[in-house]
Amino acid sequence: MIEYFIEIAPELGYGLIFTLLFTFVGMVVGFFAAIPLCLIRLYTHGFWYKIVTVYVELVRGTPLLVQLYMIYYGLPKFLLPLGITITPYTAAFIGFILNSTAYQVEYMKGGFKAISYEQIEAAQSLGMSRWETIFTILVPQGLRFSIPALSNELIYLLKYTSLGFVIQAPELMTQAKHLASTHARYMETYLIVAFIYVGLTFILSKLSDMVDEKLRIPGFAPEKIR
Amino acid sequence: MGTEHILTVKELVKNFGTNRVLDKISFTVKRGEVVVIIGPSGTGKSTLLRCINSLTPPNEGRVWLDEREITDKHSDINKIRQEMGFVFQHFALFNHLTALGNVEVGLYKVKKMSREAARKKAIEELTRVGLQDHMEKFPAELSGGQQQRVGIARSLAMDPKIMMFDEPTSALDPELTGEVLAVMKDLAQAGMTMLVVSHEIGFARAVADRIIFMEDGHIVEDGPPEEILRNAKKERTREFLHKITELYGE
Repeated sequence: MIEYFIEIAPELGYGLIFTLLFTFVGMVVGFFAAIPLCLIRLYTHGFWYKIVTVYVELVRGTPLLVQLYMIYYGLPKFLLPLGITITPYTAAFIGFILNSTAYQVEYMKGGFKAISYEQIEAAQSLGMSRWETIFTILVPQGLRFSIPALSNELIYLLKYTSLGFVIQAPELMTQAKHLASTHARYMETYLIVAFIYVGLTFILSKLSDMVDEKLRIPGFAPEKIR
Repeated sequence: MGTEHILTVKELVKNFGTNRVLDKISFTVKRGEVVVIIGPSGTGKSTLLRCINSLTPPNEGRVWLDEREITDKHSDINKIRQEMGFVFQHFALFNHLTALGNVEVGLYKVKKMSREAARKKAIEELTRVGLQDHMEKFPAELSGGQQQRVGIARSLAMDPKIMMFDEPTSALDPELTGEVLAVMKDLAQAGMTMLVVSHEIGFARAVADRIIFMEDGHIVEDGPPEEILRNAKKERTREFLHKITELYGE
C-alpha cells in the first residue's frame, strides 16, 4: 500500500492542490461577497434586497450538482455563440463561489442577529447614522459571531469540492477515480483519499478554532462552562 | 419659547397598538435643572424618555432641544441626538470594544475628532467617572456599576446639552447603585441638565430640582422634591411614595 501511495502521490497531489484551491477560493471570495449581500438582506428592503433573497433561496434550494451541471453543460449554449468557452476549472470556481456565497450570507445573518438590539439604540443615541451603526457596531460583532458557523461552511465546502469530478475538474476525487480504475485498486485508493479528507478537515477545524479563540469578544464564549 | 428652557415637550402622544402609553404629555426642563421622573411600572416613563430623542418615534406631539425641533421631519435627528446623552437601564455598551473604545467611538465616528483627540477626551471622561484603572477592559470584564459608569462617560464625552437616564440603577445591587448615583450627583453639581427616570427617592430628594410623578401616561404631579415628597396633592402619589420609601428607604 505504501508503494502504491508513493506511485500515485504525484497525481493525487495535483488533485489535492485543486481541492485546496477550490475550497479556499470558494471560501474567501464567498466571504467577501457575502458581507455586502448579508447587509443588504438584513438592513435594506428595496430592489437589491429582493435580488439577494432570490439568489440565496435559489442556490440553497437546489443541489450543488445541478448548479455545476448548469454552469458547465448549460451555460455554453448561450456563451459559445459569443465565443466564450467554459473550462472545467472555470465552471468549478464559479460554482463553488456562487454556492458558498449564498450559504455564508445565511450563516452571517445568524451572527448579526445575535447582537443585542440595545447596542443599536445606544449607537443611535450617540448620533450615529444607520450605516455608521452598521459598519462600526454591527459588522465587527456579527462577523465574529459567525465564525463557528463559517468554519462549518469551510469544512462542508472542502468535501463538496469532490463534486468537481462530475464536470472533470481535476480535484482530488476526480484524480482518485481515474487512478482507481486504471490501477484497479478501488478500496486502497479511496481509503487514501478518505484519510486525506479527514486530515484536512482536522487541520481546518483546528485552524478555525484558533481564529475563533483569537477574535472572540471577551465574555462571549457560550460553549464554555466552568 | 424662552431660552432658559433647554427641553420643551408639547402634547406628546405614543400608542402601542390600541394602548395609549403617553397621553399628551407636556413639560419643560430648564438649563441646569435636574428633573426626576417617578411613577409605577408601565406608566410610560421610559417610553417618554425614548420618545424625546426619537429612539421610539412618538405618534403625535412636538419636542424641542433649545430652538430646534427634534420631531420636525426636516431636522437632522443624528445631529440633535449627539447633544442628548442617553443612559440605558441595561448599559447597552458595545461588547466588542473596551471601556476606552466605547467612549471614544462616538468622538471619532460621529464628531469626526482625530483619533488622538478622541482618546485624550475619552481618558478624561473615564477618569471623571472613576474608571481610570479599567480603561482597557471589555464590558464583560466590568461589574454592572462600572459598565453603567462607562455608559455615562460615553454619553458625557459627546458634550451633550442634556443627559437622560432611563432607570440607570435598577439593574444594580445597592452597593453598585451607590457608585453610579455618586457619579450622577457630581454631574448634577457640575451643572449638567438631567432628566432621570428612577425609583431612587433618596437621590431625588438630595439632587432633584423637580420631581414629576407619572401615572397611566399622564403627569400627575410636578414640583420641587419637598413639596412632592412631603405634601403630594394627590392621594395616589402619596400612596406610591409611601410604598417606594418603604422599599428603598429614605
